[in-house]
Amino acid sequence: MIAGRRLDTLRSNLLLTVVCLVWVVPLVWALGTSVRAPGEPVGTGFLWLPGRPSLANFAEAWSAAPFVTYYLNTIVICGGILAVQLFTITLAGYAFARVPFPGRELLFSLFILQLMLPLTVLAVPNFLTMRDLHLINTKLAIMLPYMASGFGVFLMRQAFRSVPLELEEAGRLDGCQWWQVLWHVYLPLTRPALVAFGLVSVTFHWNDFLWPLLVTNTPNARPLTVGLASFALAGENGAQFPLIMAGTLLVMAPLLLGFFLFQRQFVSSFIRSGIR
Amino acid sequence: MQLELPATSLPSAGLQSLRFRVTAGRFAYGLLLILPSLVFLLPFTVWPAIKVVVSSLFLADIAHPQPSFIGLGNFAAEFGNEVFWQVMRNTVLFAGFTVPLSIGLALLLAVEVNKKLRLVGVFRTALFYPTILPTVGAAAIWLFVYAPGLGLADRFLGLFGSYDHNWLGDPALVLPALMVMMIWKQTGYFMVFYLAGLQGLPQEVFEAAALDGARGWRMLRSLTIPLLSGTTVFVSTIALIDSFQTVDQLFILTQGGPNNASNLLLFWLYQEGFRNFNFGRASAVTVIMMALLLAVSLVNYRQLDRAAHYES
Repeated sequence: MIAGRRLDTLRSNLLLTVVCLVWVVPLVWALGTSVRAPGEPVGTGFLWLPGRPSLANFAEAWSAAPFVTYYLNTIVICGGILAVQLFTITLAGYAFARVPFPGRELLFSLFILQLMLPLTVLAVPNFLTMRDLHLINTKLAIMLPYMASGFGVFLMRQAFRSVPLELEEAGRLDGCQWWQVLWHVYLPLTRPALVAFGLVSVTFHWNDFLWPLLVTNTPNARPLTVGLASFALAGENGAQFPLIMAGTLLVMAPLLLGFFLFQRQFVSSFIRSGIR
Repeated sequence: MQLELPATSLPSAGLQSLRFRVTAGRFAYGLLLILPSLVFLLPFTVWPAIKVVVSSLFLADIAHPQPSFIGLGNFAAEFGNEVFWQVMRNTVLFAGFTVPLSIGLALLLAVEVNKKLRLVGVFRTALFYPTILPTVGAAAIWLFVYAPGLGLADRFLGLFGSYDHNWLGDPALVLPALMVMMIWKQTGYFMVFYLAGLQGLPQEVFEAAALDGARGWRMLRSLTIPLLSGTTVFVSTIALIDSFQTVDQLFILTQGGPNNASNLLLFWLYQEGFRNFNFGRASAVTVIMMALLLAVSLVNYRQLDRAAHYES
């Protein structure tokens, strides 16, 4: 029995080591390539890792494309969307959880519709709307469609429902208005759901590509992902892979670092993101 | 009698109007809370979903800037286009391979990382991290992985003597190459759902089965998989929806080529709208895509409903 279990553990470790190596190798290789000194040919050296690491590619990538603008745009877009979303999903989530009013189910089904029809699919009609509103090439065009979130409302409805009703009644008896009850009773108790939503939202919008690509045509309003795509496609022919890998890692670094630091939080948040 | 009538109806009428006032007040209150969301939801989700159905019935391309009604002409044009069928075939193939393969792998790996192993945290991290990467960034890395002769794929196969494949330029290899990247990107995400599912299962059942001598494959097939069937339905839906929406990596890796060998539905939609500037046909493709997604979601919704009944 004991020997069998040991053998089982050994087999699991072996299997997982092999699979995880396959999973990690692309990232490690990208990292190794990005720190290759300029002029050192790609694919030489032990395990194709560079002989003498250098950050020259990062410096060159940073100056070869307007990454500062891209970074600022991505931060403004993610922050702007999240700020408005937190406001809209809190109020709507509370209404759907605790305010019985006629037409509630019907209105809720509109939010479910957004879970079923992701905005990438509605890109064509939404693009035409943005064009009619003269918003093409603005960060606002990227942000507007996402400011109501079916996922967020669903998540907050569940979270608010788990708050004991007696707490709300106690607050009301103390003379609190509904926004005071929301602020002092509900929000402190549902912070984990809000944090989970925030992480998923920021990750999603940091990585979003198609919609920002469609509504922008100059670097002024473009986020990192769209900037990276044009950067990668421009360099592809010249076998400038060290440079492209450096640019790619520049784009991914904040999320990767955040993930490695707050792994558990990321995983539990993404499990909640499964609602669709 | 005649005297009593007003006497009894008065309070009831008062009650009724009070009830109406309360209902109206509640409605106003509820609507007020939802209004900030509706301001964005109506014009950018509900309205476009309706508008696109209408515009799919109109001829609107670069030669006809003023749209004119053509009934189902756009759909007929799509259904008569060989490229559309090639794209549908690719989309179905892509989903048909990536969904079961990534889910199966996710289940196997979840069972493994649910064991008490010393490095279990490292293993979970290594498998999950592709989930949080931007797809275009991941695609840039895989562009390098698939670089002919130079990339990781060819270098690895070079160890076994087979060398220099044009992974992304060969019509026979390009779709499988995209599938491999998709499986790499998605499996960790699906794995954590299975891991959560496994951790919610009663441990005694597995211990009892182990005492009866059930191990490995048999335990998996006759115990783990049936017990996790709810998770499987749920994860399959997410996987299918994600797979239908695959598009970002095509911009970096293939542009749908060579010869549409890797063109998928959402990329085709983009091409019809933003490269051919045919918004009528792009609307028709959008409607087809919406029908597909709604069908998947409705099946899932019914399953979830059933699961909810089962739980309560």
